[in-house]
Amino acid sequence: MIKKRSYFKSRKLPYLLILPQILVTATFFYWPAIQGIVASFQLSDPFGFRTQFVWFDNFIALFTDSLYLESVLTTLFFSGSVALVSITFGLFLATMANRVLKATTLTRTLLIWPYAIAPAISGILWLFLLHPSYGVVAIFIEDWFGIDWNPLLESSHAMLLIVLASAWKNVSYNFVFFLAGLQAIPHSLIEAAAMDGASPFRRFWAITFPLLSPTMFFVTVMTIIFSFFESFGIIHAVTQGGPGGSTNILVYKVYQDGFIGLNLGSSSAQSVVLMGLIILITVLQFKYVERKVQYTG
Amino acid sequence: MMVEKTPILDTFTYVALLFGIMLVGFPILYAIIAATLPLEDVSQVPMSMIPGDQLFNNVNEAWSRGHLGTQLFNSFVMASGITLGKIIVSLFGAFSIVYFDYRFRVVAFAAVFCTLMLPVEVRILPTYEMAANLFGPLQSVWNFLGLDGVISWFAGHDIEVSLEFSLLDSYAGLILPLTASATCTFLFRQFFLTIPEELCEAAKMDGASPMTFFWKILVPLSKTNIAALVVIEFVYGWNQYLWPLLITTNPKMTTAVIGLHHLLPSPEDPPEWHIAMAGALIVMLPPILVVLLMQRWFVKGLVEKEK
Amino acid sequence: MSKTKCFWLVMAVGMLISFAGTAFAKPIDIHWWHAMRGARGETVQKIVDSFNSSQAEYRVIATYKGEYDEVLNAGVAAVRAGKQPHILQSFEVGTQTMMLSGAIYPIHELMADKGYKVDWSRYLQPVLSYYMNADGNLMSMPFNSSTPVMYYNVDLFKKAGIAPLSKDKSITWDELGEITGKLVKSGVEGGLVTAWQSWTQVENYSAIHDLPFASKANGYEGLDTELLINNDKVVNHVARLKSWMGDKRFYYGGQKYQGPKAEFIAQNAGVYIDSVSAIAKLLSEVKDFSWDAAPLPVESWMKEPQNSIIGGASLWVFQGLPKKDYAGVAAFMNHLAGTESQVLWHKETGYFPITLTAYEKLIADGFYLENPLQQVGIKQLTRRDPTKNSRGLRLGYFVQIRNIINEELELVWNDSKTPQQAMDSAVARSNTKLREFERTYK
Repeated sequence: MIKKRSYFKSRKLPYLLILPQILVTATFFYWPAIQGIVASFQLSDPFGFRTQFVWFDNFIALFTDSLYLESVLTTLFFSGSVALVSITFGLFLATMANRVLKATTLTRTLLIWPYAIAPAISGILWLFLLHPSYGVVAIFIEDWFGIDWNPLLESSHAMLLIVLASAWKNVSYNFVFFLAGLQAIPHSLIEAAAMDGASPFRRFWAITFPLLSPTMFFVTVMTIIFSFFESFGIIHAVTQGGPGGSTNILVYKVYQDGFIGLNLGSSSAQSVVLMGLIILITVLQFKYVERKVQYTG
Repeated sequence: MMVEKTPILDTFTYVALLFGIMLVGFPILYAIIAATLPLEDVSQVPMSMIPGDQLFNNVNEAWSRGHLGTQLFNSFVMASGITLGKIIVSLFGAFSIVYFDYRFRVVAFAAVFCTLMLPVEVRILPTYEMAANLFGPLQSVWNFLGLDGVISWFAGHDIEVSLEFSLLDSYAGLILPLTASATCTFLFRQFFLTIPEELCEAAKMDGASPMTFFWKILVPLSKTNIAALVVIEFVYGWNQYLWPLLITTNPKMTTAVIGLHHLLPSPEDPPEWHIAMAGALIVMLPPILVVLLMQRWFVKGLVEKEK
Repeated sequence: MSKTKCFWLVMAVGMLISFAGTAFAKPIDIHWWHAMRGARGETVQKIVDSFNSSQAEYRVIATYKGEYDEVLNAGVAAVRAGKQPHILQSFEVGTQTMMLSGAIYPIHELMADKGYKVDWSRYLQPVLSYYMNADGNLMSMPFNSSTPVMYYNVDLFKKAGIAPLSKDKSITWDELGEITGKLVKSGVEGGLVTAWQSWTQVENYSAIHDLPFASKANGYEGLDTELLINNDKVVNHVARLKSWMGDKRFYYGGQKYQGPKAEFIAQNAGVYIDSVSAIAKLLSEVKDFSWDAAPLPVESWMKEPQNSIIGGASLWVFQGLPKKDYAGVAAFMNHLAGTESQVLWHKETGYFPITLTAYEKLIADGFYLENPLQQVGIKQLTRRDPTKNSRGLRLGYFVQIRNIINEELELVWNDSKTPQQAMDSAVARSNTKLREFERTYK
């Protein structure tokens, strides 16, 4: 751990200062986390009157449940797609914006605001656009591609709907980071390459892109975390996991089994698995890009 | 400043940007138009792209039907509470970790840091239980120690002590659990580490107390970072979904984003999308304004911290 | 002042205060959490208001707590936190969970304890049977009960040359096949749409045709019950609906944001199966065509179709509140089941009156002569005495099971599974849930 060489000396003050943080963290993080882990080894009725210890039964049931594994795949596919769409688009827009240096602030203003929109609202907006009976984009798809658009019934249509709603909201976040990343690249490098006769495209792939890779990694991790958790609002508002469970991502399943189905043991086990997954991602992130941190809150 | 003249590429750049901006803006534009139309027009297929004159009526209807007045206030309290809470708690926390040397410094840092990436969603169920009865842990300790028996012995008759304090349907319940996050602490720590040592040394020479140093030097220096975090945390708090959905059951205590869900036309209702869209516009406006108005600090803070 | 004197003084003051307390007593608050919003919520409030103004001892406070699942959730959380309301409205699929919770005060005990002699035989039996325990005792007060019926667009029928349907005698599914065929041929976009597909097409289909939905008498006789809906008859029914999808005679309108009701109102479908509680909405929203209701279709081999089963919700009373409150709860329940409340409830919402007295009053007042379609559901519900297969369903984790059935049906509709595969998988998945539930309550 990095240390300052210069310190204040006080016996009580540092403890007093850190106390609120420790209190909040212990009450709303450690205690619930421990409870969650304990509950994942238990079978309990919704009202909490009967509880029994069942060892790993909840986990075994989970990993032998083909639907849970399906939900894992769905989550991976979903977050992969969101990352792909929002990163490609964000990078593209940032590259373009970086070329028109005069108007960067204006372009940024025009592109940044979806960051502020709640996932649930983003879901509602896109639901309206892609509504099978009223959506203007749905009508466009039906007329131009001859597809019988119906996200209520077709798994792939429903998936596309939530991917678009999630990616749209995330483009602006990615855009801001890519633009900053691009602006941080020394101009001398690009100029040198230009003098060597490299075309703009070649320069992008040979110089800009590799230099952006830390940003890329960071943005990818952030997008994946977003699609793992915050997309809950989108799913809840738009598909509620359907049709046929095809958009039932892990975090939604935790909610559905625990809060709607009142199956507490299984839901807790699912939470523990998610926790493990996030810890893994965090470790990976810090291993590769130590100094990057998330900013979603 | 272009490296060389590439007129075709430049044209393409402008066209692509314009196209991108339109694409990003389209859902919102469409929502705005829908919010100005009466029911007959909004359920027309395809919907007319010419705005109508019903915006005021629709906003009004959404406002009263969705209890948006109360709920926007709740959202505001929640978002500000989370923002303030997190920033204050973490400023102090980071100050303690960076500028003091004490026995449990590393332990404290590690304990806080462990929570960095874990969002409330992964521990949602027990956190909920926790919020339902904040004294749950105390109660378990109480029961574990068998203190009921001790009390009963003193009193000479059976007494059952139940400690209870519920955060359900309260502002504290909406705010407190979401302040348990290490992100801000970590950011301030990173920032404090970049502040030259000389400042601290000089302060000590002048005989300034730690808190004077904190208020007079550290906080002013952190202004940009605080501003950026205000935006980030306000948006984060405003847009919370799963937590307010669970913690509030009273429509008067719920937040606007949740309330909006009830404006969505259900299979039971006529397709009143104009009302839903009007409601959506109202609810998304405050965080958008915050982001746009504080854009400069926000972007600077966001990106600087990423380094 | 001696200690004794002091003691008596305190006692006296205390007595005074407590007497004053009784004299100016505020009414005791009785909390009721429900899921009735919109027009239904207003009717709930009317019933509550009439109770509150009829006496001064108690005041019922009815609160809308969200959709059915949210209300149940809020109730569970409240019990865990020791903050339960007196009365909780729980939907029918939560019956088993509530019944076994150990947190409730059975309604039959409550009414008996508080001195109300209720003649349960004067209630609609198919409604009561859903909420009775194995010994035939009523555990919760039926509140909003409905059953699915079939609505049809009279104008579209006329245009396609189809005669109006009988309100008493069910048509057969084969006949419905012909009817929907004619509708589609006449240019209507779709034939049949259905709401709540698990409830209307699997649960009620099984009850009407006297098929077991689950073993152990649909779960009434033991927690070791297993689903039986992968039988030939149900599978064939699903297969038939699937085959109708090919030529648009059946159209899946989804469960979520774009309901079958919208399709029916937009005249995209000529026939529409939904709860009788849809009547109120149809009456207020359909303006440009005339429509009517008929009993659900039956198979041609089913000569004597059974009663359909109910859906909706009932009111559960929680234990653990101050003893003096329960007399008020009982009084309110008595008021709620009273003829006046029931008649109002039925007229305004379409939900059944739960007592025969109220039903007979409605008949005597000529309500059904003016509103014959309001009687279609109640006649279908009471057309025969309930059998073990048609008195109701008593399953643990039923919320999830219904969800599973809905999911599997969706997988049939979008060609991912054959009807047999889907029903087999629905049974297997549900049985896992049932076993988990059984273990929890052992």
